Amino acid sequence: MPNEIVAHGAGVRECSYAEAIREALAQAMEADGRVFLFGEDVGVYGGAFGVSGDLFHRFGPERVIDTPISELGLAGAAVGAAITGMRPVLEIQFSDFITLAMEQVVNQAAKIHFMFGGKASVPLVIRLPGGSGTGAAAQHSQSLEAWFAHVPGLKVVQPSTPHDAKGLLLAAIDDPNPVLIFEHKLLYKTKGPVPVEPYRVPIGKAAVRREGTDITVVATSIMALRAEAAAQRLAAEGISAEVIDLRTLRPIDFPTVAESVRKTHRLLTVYEGVKTMGIGAEVSAMIAESEVFDFLDAPIARLGGAEVPLPYNPALEKAAVPQEDDIVAAVRRLVREGEA
Amino acid sequence: MDQLDGKRDAIAMTTELQIRTGANQRPELAALDDDVLRAALLKMHLIRRFEETAEDSYARGLVHGTMHLSIGQEASAVGAVLALEPKDYILSTHRGHGHCIAKGADPGRMLAEFFGKETGYCRGRGGSMHIADVEGGNLGANGIVGGGLPIAVGVGMSLRAQKRDSVCMVFFGDGATNEGAFHEALNMASIWRLPIVFLCENNKYGMSMDVGRAMAVANVADRAAAYAIPGVSVDGNDLPAVAAAARAAVERARAGDGPSLVECKTYRIRGHSKSDRNLYRTRQEIEEWRDRDPIRRLEDELLRHDRLSREELRVIAERAEQQITAAVEFAGTSPDPRVDELTRDVYAD
Repeated sequence: MPNEIVAHGAGVRECSYAEAIREALAQAMEADGRVFLFGEDVGVYGGAFGVSGDLFHRFGPERVIDTPISELGLAGAAVGAAITGMRPVLEIQFSDFITLAMEQVVNQAAKIHFMFGGKASVPLVIRLPGGSGTGAAAQHSQSLEAWFAHVPGLKVVQPSTPHDAKGLLLAAIDDPNPVLIFEHKLLYKTKGPVPVEPYRVPIGKAAVRREGTDITVVATSIMALRAEAAAQRLAAEGISAEVIDLRTLRPIDFPTVAESVRKTHRLLTVYEGVKTMGIGAEVSAMIAESEVFDFLDAPIARLGGAEVPLPYNPALEKAAVPQEDDIVAAVRRLVREGEA
Repeated sequence: MDQLDGKRDAIAMTTELQIRTGANQRPELAALDDDVLRAALLKMHLIRRFEETAEDSYARGLVHGTMHLSIGQEASAVGAVLALEPKDYILSTHRGHGHCIAKGADPGRMLAEFFGKETGYCRGRGGSMHIADVEGGNLGANGIVGGGLPIAVGVGMSLRAQKRDSVCMVFFGDGATNEGAFHEALNMASIWRLPIVFLCENNKYGMSMDVGRAMAVANVADRAAAYAIPGVSVDGNDLPAVAAAARAAVERARAGDGPSLVECKTYRIRGHSKSDRNLYRTRQEIEEWRDRDPIRRLEDELLRHDRLSREELRVIAERAEQQITAAVEFAGTSPDPRVDELTRDVYAD
């Protein structure tokens, strides 16, 4: 399986983020009898967000397994299957429900390889639909990825495009470690070019989505798309923003960020999770601690989720997470103040 | 009169013959042949001496952290594992030294792990609470109460998917049965008829909480009814009884008939961990359970039925002692891990 094919061309067609994930699951199951998908309503129902779709009919109930509503038990089952030779892919219906399974993810999956002196590995994948914007309110809209990025032994990825959704999932299934994939619910219907053949997007590698010279915007998940749209608008005002889609939170791709900031001399981070103690703090600190700090012409800035549970009312919900306008305003402030 | 005396003589002779041939043994004991019993007794002695040695090493400052001793519970660990084959898996608990030795682990490498040595089962990274012997089918002790229960479900799913003839036995205490993990695991194992034996060691206390105060049903085994699987309670200090109950559950699992819950009622003689001051139980209670010591009980029964001689028992105990002495020597002379390898093995390659 080749790594990363980005270019349009033969064997590449438009498909949605959800279809790309389904295609990755199907190709992984076709290629490897150890791979199976399980979770709540992933079978006949086709998944709460339609991601598993027809996989149940294509692969049968032994490979696409409907389960009781038992998140802790399911995460533990993924651990047990992984350490005895299978490659389980678990769908947690809403990423918020991973809170019910923290024990198995954090105490067991993340630690077994190390704790057993390298004697067992835990090649499991957990898919977690997250994020706000669907009116699902406080218990179905969170972005909890930073919690898991704090845990050595786990890998955490956040695809923002259909291409990466497929490539990162295939890489995660190949990986001998536990990988958590935070998918964004608003992205499932977005479309983009996706190669038909299987390929991997390397875990731990950020993508420069747009090159620029005035500021580096490091964003995750749907915020990478908003940052790109913002950069487009800013270009019309003569501001050249470089947009980096982090893609993997752990292990984080610091060199790509550092190289960019060294060139642009400014840094803005944009992420949907609550701002305090979030991804932006880590990226900012890494720059502040490095020799790249000397290149900064403006203070580092963070745009993150408001310090509030996600509200139901659409206007409040929108105000609780960074929007394109917020990114535009933040970039203007950093670039113009730096010039003043 | 003569006739009656003759009858009495005949009865006496028959009884003596039965004793000598083991004919009046209870079936649970008769089911175990002499070699099996010798091996089981050796393992019980090994566990006892291993833990006493660990305790002594702790007192002498050779072991840091804490440890959870299963002294008094040897019959449930060894009896349950007697029903397993090398190809079968176990998952263990924070009080897991017995399970580990019962499944065939080397006491030397276990003690080296206690001492934090590179030669330990986890290369000194896990300690007492995380000993695993993956090659030997021990998928690990666990520091989280109930942590192994959902993992067993996944092991069962693997065995089913891979069409393997193995079973998974997961040990846990009475305390774990009040965790959600217990109920989620039993339910999933039951609906999918997975090859799992849920082996509860009810040692009467979850740390200090008496099991009678922690759950409303009389027996952990009663909880099996909620999942439509067999649940049995046995005297956990009675090795042949434990072995018989475990064998029935293992056979059922191996035949594809699904999981069972086996409850071994036993008692931990030592405190929960090294900080326990026994404020929640009486000295008298501890002494009563000492009188039911599973090792002495088995030895007495074997002598009574002439299954093993006093000399054989002595040799077995001596062999255990020699193995533990060798283990101490191995662990004590093993190298420490290198500090510059601190972050090794966080991720698999």
